[in-house]
Order: sequence, then structure tokens, then C-alpha cells
Amino acid sequence: MSTTSNTHAAVTPPGARRRPGLPALGPAGWIGLLILAAWLIAAIVGPIVIPQDGTPVGEVQIFGRVSAAHWLGTDYLGRDMLARVILGARYTVLVALVSTLFASGIGITLALLASVSGHWVDACLSRGLDTLTAIPSKMFALIMVAAFGSTVWMLAITAAVIYVPGAFRIARSLAVNINAMDYVTVARTRGEGIGYIMRQEILPNIAGPMLADLGLRFVYVVLLLASLSFLGLGIQPPDADWGSLVRENIGALSDGSMAVVAPALAIASLTLAVNLVIDNLPGRSARNGAK
Amino acid sequence: MGTSVKVTDLRITAGQATLVDGVSFEIEAGKVLALIGESGSGKTTTALALMGYARHGCEISAGSIQVGQHDVLGLSPNERRRLRGRSITYIAQSAAASFNPSRTIMDQVVEPALIHGLLDRRAAEQKAVALFRELALPNPDSIGERYPHQVSGGQLQRLMAAMALITDPDLVILDEPTTALDVTTQVEVLRAFRRAVRDRKTTAVYVSHDLAVVAQVADQIVVLRDGKMREAGDTDQILFRPADEYTRSLLAAARPARRQGTAAAAQAQPPLLEVRNLSAGYGPVDSAGQPAVRILEGVDLTLYRGQAIGVIGESGSGKTTLARAIAGLVPPCGGSIVFDGAALKPTLAGRSREELRRIQIVFQMADTALNPVRTIEDILARPLQFFHGLRGEALRARIRRLLDLVRLPAGVAQRTPAGLSGGQKQRVNLARALAAEPELILCDEITSALDTVVGAAILDLMAELRRELGVSCLFISHDLHTVRAICDEIVVMQHGRKLAQVPHAEYDSSGNHPYYTLLARSVPELRRGWIDEVDLNIPGAVPAAQQHAPHPSL
Repeated sequence: MSTTSNTHAAVTPPGARRRPGLPALGPAGWIGLLILAAWLIAAIVGPIVIPQDGTPVGEVQIFGRVSAAHWLGTDYLGRDMLARVILGARYTVLVALVSTLFASGIGITLALLASVSGHWVDACLSRGLDTLTAIPSKMFALIMVAAFGSTVWMLAITAAVIYVPGAFRIARSLAVNINAMDYVTVARTRGEGIGYIMRQEILPNIAGPMLADLGLRFVYVVLLLASLSFLGLGIQPPDADWGSLVRENIGALSDGSMAVVAPALAIASLTLAVNLVIDNLPGRSARNGAK
Repeated sequence: MGTSVKVTDLRITAGQATLVDGVSFEIEAGKVLALIGESGSGKTTTALALMGYARHGCEISAGSIQVGQHDVLGLSPNERRRLRGRSITYIAQSAAASFNPSRTIMDQVVEPALIHGLLDRRAAEQKAVALFRELALPNPDSIGERYPHQVSGGQLQRLMAAMALITDPDLVILDEPTTALDVTTQVEVLRAFRRAVRDRKTTAVYVSHDLAVVAQVADQIVVLRDGKMREAGDTDQILFRPADEYTRSLLAAARPARRQGTAAAAQAQPPLLEVRNLSAGYGPVDSAGQPAVRILEGVDLTLYRGQAIGVIGESGSGKTTLARAIAGLVPPCGGSIVFDGAALKPTLAGRSREELRRIQIVFQMADTALNPVRTIEDILARPLQFFHGLRGEALRARIRRLLDLVRLPAGVAQRTPAGLSGGQKQRVNLARALAAEPELILCDEITSALDTVVGAAILDLMAELRRELGVSCLFISHDLHTVRAICDEIVVMQHGRKLAQVPHAEYDSSGNHPYYTLLARSVPELRRGWIDEVDLNIPGAVPAAQQHAPHPSL
């Protein structure tokens, strides 16, 4: 035991205080960050620099091949695929990001509350969210869309609600263990409030695993939105997120056309990038090593 | 029949770090060698290496190990597997963690004999029963039908010894087999081990941090520190004529001296803490306000300002629950707690911040008592801000003073707990309690998880703090030595009741409660042969473990 703490003392220079957020990402993390940044820029700047929605002028070629004019070919209406993908980023990236942050944020907050509060609060929150888990997510989304229409905000809220219980479950199981630690007991005997114990004593100790969970949840949300769009329940034409793009162009799948491959690749690259960044966040390995 | 063992220049590495460096020793057939040292000294690593085994990430990188005619390190993995559990067997520290909870004890005890094809099932079971009888286990014929959770810790440890002995091994490795046991149980288990090893003339390696325990069983002792051999010799030489300075410090720590705190306060002044007829427990509370499991039953305790009272008892005696009830963590179901003339509310929520400040609790495991993601500075700053509203330079100055008070360099302030050793963490733990400027500190087994030498230093510190700050303390421990060393009075507890209160002057008198006498006599003495002489048949005293041995019907 003391050998491990000795090596730790040797590795951590005295006086080095961990500053979360300072980039000490590995090469994989940087690659992820670059891809993520590229898509974010595409999502924000895309609609400004691409004025038209890619409606073709002049000679129309459906499912056109990759060419100098159309870098990713054309879609089932002969629109430029690159423009469609960049315009789609807005919906996929931003909606998924917003709903993931909501889902994890609400889930973690409720989980912390459940773990530090008494038996009853915990039981009510846990059972309540279990009930939500019991509803199949696609069915739930379908009902929400049927009732409130498929606006962008509606989709974001729906996805967030669907993924709150999962984030809650994981955060709660982590927080309950931390809550049993003596340092939390010491804080209680000091008379600290619930808020302090949640924020200062428990949250920092579950942040590492919860960030990994955030990455995973982001992937789920992207896939849920894509599949909703694929079913025709998501973003409505002429706007399209990447899931809709795959569905629109599914006819070209047998030809292996870029029209269907490109949006699929975009989804894959985004989810990969998010997880690369999160897995390589600075301080993560140090935190795990300290356990 | 045992075999001789010869280890030469053993070197075990884990990546860059060297865990064991140049360890050599020889054991004659039928003798017992003890490996002694503090945690991290490489004693378990060395013992495991005798089986040709290195834990994950470690590597036996040099040296030779000769057990009988086998060159252990030269064997192929298959040949080693045939050796392990048959010629060389291992008894681990925690039997509770080493038994599979879902299989009967008999299934597991006969397993080595069956795996190695030495005996058929029936013969193996007969042999196991004979071993149970030899190891003085109760109901030797039927105990094998039970599951591990249905027997006590001391019994489980002996059952594990039966498992190790069933193949008539040439070499038995005992890795701290009594460390997790209560003192009264430890004596029984030690006696059983010793008899079994002696009668068979098995060669044994006994790993321990406790010199007094080792003195009872070992013929030779090897003292290890940081993976290097400090001294090797026969038991009497090590105990009475130690050549190495480190051995001397180990011996000094094993014989704790009386540490003078403040003189016991005059009894004329009103008491600081008065616990009256206190009962408490855990579990759902019924309509009469009684919890499902009662731990404390009508405990009385009076503590005067400046006094240190030790609370001693075996596991399950309710001593920790007493501290938690006083701290407000376990609401009492009967009785009252009066602090400085005012009754304390049963729960934390009912107590004022000032009341909370005046009583601080310090926990056993410094590892879980310090938040791993916060720096020592943050940890110490919080109570100072919370109770005293300090900030800026005044806050930093106070943190430096606190660190100085617990004899830590100011440089540790910026580190996280992972960068500190066990003893240093316990000092931070104490400093945090002191930051509140309490009048009463509840110390729950604060030295139990520490090495002997480090624990002794913490006791010195406690005595010093009492002198300098005049703080009162309630010192909870299972170790009579520790409590005697720093307390003015000792409260003896068993099954949640207070049996006796022994003032300092009467620690060694003969007229004490029989259970206190039993506890006092069960502490091993630093000389050979103590275990054969000590008489634990004291009328009226029953060790906790025997009264509460679970029934097979459970």
C-alpha cells in the first residue's frame, strides 16, 4: 500500500494542483477535439455561408457521383450532398448536445439529491424514474411527436426526458457509495447543508465516470434522433438532420452511393469524436489512479 | 513432515519499482520462520514468491527458491500448479474473504485433496473431520455442512488452516492469520495453529506485523523494511538482543509506554460529558420507538474536562455505536447525553452549529475520511471557514499552524490525500478535527489501521495535543495496550453494555471485572512461551465470540 502512495507522491510534483479544463489531452483526444470543433463550426457557420438549401440549378443529376462540382455527389433530388450534410449538422449536433446536457444534468442532480436525502426522497425518485424507463423510448417519442408535433425543441426535450432515468441510475449508484464514505459523515457532523455535500463532497468524486457516461449518452441521443428521422418523425423536410439524410437517400444504398454513406459517416465521426475527447480528458487517469 | 527451504537473493520488481531486494534466508525442516515488517515492507510478496507466485504486475526477476528438492522458480507453470495447494499451502489473512460464500465448508476444505487426486471424497472428509477435531473446532462432525457465514471469524480462520493442512504439505505459509481477530479469539487460534504445525513438524512461514504474536510461534525471525532485510536471527536474539536500529524501534512500539496527558481533572467541577442510561440501535423503528436491532443497552459514562477515557471491547461490543450516538449520527432510543450542562438533541439536525463544533469525531480509516479529490488545504480550510469565518491570510496562517501542530510540513497543503502516507493522512484527519477547536474529540480506532511504529507516533501526538490544548477525548479501541497508554480511565464494554470502569491506578490490580482481566491477559507478551503459560480460564468472563457463535439452523 505504501509503495503505491510513494510512487504517487513521486509522480505528482509537490504543489501541483490539478486544474480541470487545462488541455493535457493525448493525441487521440486532440483528434477527437478537432473533429468535434469542425462539426460545431459547421453547425454554426454552415447556415450562414450556404445561403440556399442546395436546390440544384440547371441540369439535374439524381444520385450523382463524386465530382469536382459535387464533392460528395448529389442526393435523390439532385441537391449537393456536402451542403446537405453541413446544413444537417445544425440539427444533429446541437439538438443532441442540448438534450444530452439536459439529460445528464437533470439525472445527476436528482441522483445526488436522492443519495444525500432520506429514504423517502430516494424511493420516490427511484421508482418514479424506473416507471419512465419502463416506457419504450421510441413509443414515448412517437406519443410526444403525435401530441406536440416534431419541432426541434420538442425533439430535444423528448430525447432529454428519455435519457434522464439512465443517467440518474448510474449517478445514483456511484453517489450512494460516496455518500457512505467517512468524509461525507464528517461533513454531516460539521452541520453542512445538503447542497454543500452534493456539490463539494460527492460531485467531484463521481465526475469522472459521469463524463464517460455523458459521452455514451450523447451517442444514444444522436442515434435516437437519427432513428426518429429515419421513421419520418424527426426534423421535417426540406430541413434534414443526418438521420433524415440517410432515410431520404436509402434508395441509393444498393449502389453504394455517397448520398447515403456520407451522413452515416458523419454520425459515426461525431459520436467517435465525443468519446475520444471525454476518454482523454485531463485528470481523468489521475482521478482513477487515486482510487 | 516438513522440508527445508532456502531462498537466495530474491528480487521482485513491479515495473520500475523494486518491491523485494536481495532477500535470503534458510529454514530447517520443521521450523517456523517469521517474516515481520510494516505494510509495504514486502513480507507478503516474499511469502507468495515461495510458491513461485507474483501478484499481477509483479515479477520475480532474480534469485532462487529451493523448497525441498524443488527449485520453485525453475519449474514450468504446470509443475508449479502441482506444487501449490499440495506441497506448499497458503493461509490468507481474511478467511472470510477467502471462502466461497455459496458452497459448504466441507466442499471447500476437501477441495485441495480432490484436485490433486490424493484421496477420494470419503477419505478426504474423514481426514477433514479429524483436522477439525485437532484444531479444537466445535461440533467437528457437522461443522463442515455449514456455510462460511454461519461460523465465527476465528472458526473460519481455523477451517482455512484445515484446508491448508489436508494435503499434508511440506511448507505452510500463514499470512497474518490472526490480525483480523479479536484478542481473545487470537489466543485460541494461535494455539491451534501452533499445535498443528508442531505435531506435524511442518515447515512454516509466518507473516505478521505483530512481534508479540510472532514470538509465540516462530523459531527464527526475518525483519523486512522497504523490501530489504534489516535483520535475521533466532527469536530470542531478535527479541532481546536486536542488532538493528529499526528492529529496536519495532520493539519499542510493541511495548507502548505510558504517555502523560494532563493530570486527571479535579472531580469537583461539573462533568463535560454525561451519558445517562443510553440505548441505541439500528434498523426500522417500531411503534414504541425501539429500533429493530439494539446495539447499546443502558450505558452510563461521565467525562470531566481534560480527561481521556478509553472505551474498549471486542468487535460487536457497541463501542463505535456509543461514539456515533454522542456525535449525533445514531439517534438514541433511550437515555440522554448531557454536554457541558445542556442536553444534546438526538440527531444532527437538532443540534446547533456551536454544539457540533464542540464535539468532533475522528474516524479509523484516514483513506475514507479524506475526500480524495480535494487538497489538504481545502480539507482543513472548510471547518475554519464554516465555524470561524476565517478567510484570506488569517485562514492560510491558521492552516499552517494546524499542520505544524500535527507535525506535518507546510508543503503537504497543496497535495491531495493520495500523495500522503497512512500516518500523514491520519494526522490531517486529526488536524481537521482540531480546526474546529473542539472541547471533546471522539477517536474511533484511530491507530488500528496503522503500522505499529506509525501508530505509536500518533499516540505520542495525541498525548501532546492533550497537554498543549487541554482537549478531552473519548478514545475507542479494541487494543488494550493503546488505551492503557494514553487514557486516565478505561470503560470495558461487551454486547452493548458497560461492564466496568477501571481507573488508571487500578489497571494492573487483581480486583477488576473478570472480562477486563481476560482482555488484559489475552494481549500477547513479548517473550517466547507466553502462549503456553497464559491462563484464560477466568471465572465469570466469556469471550464475545463464544457467546455469539451462530447456530447451524441459521
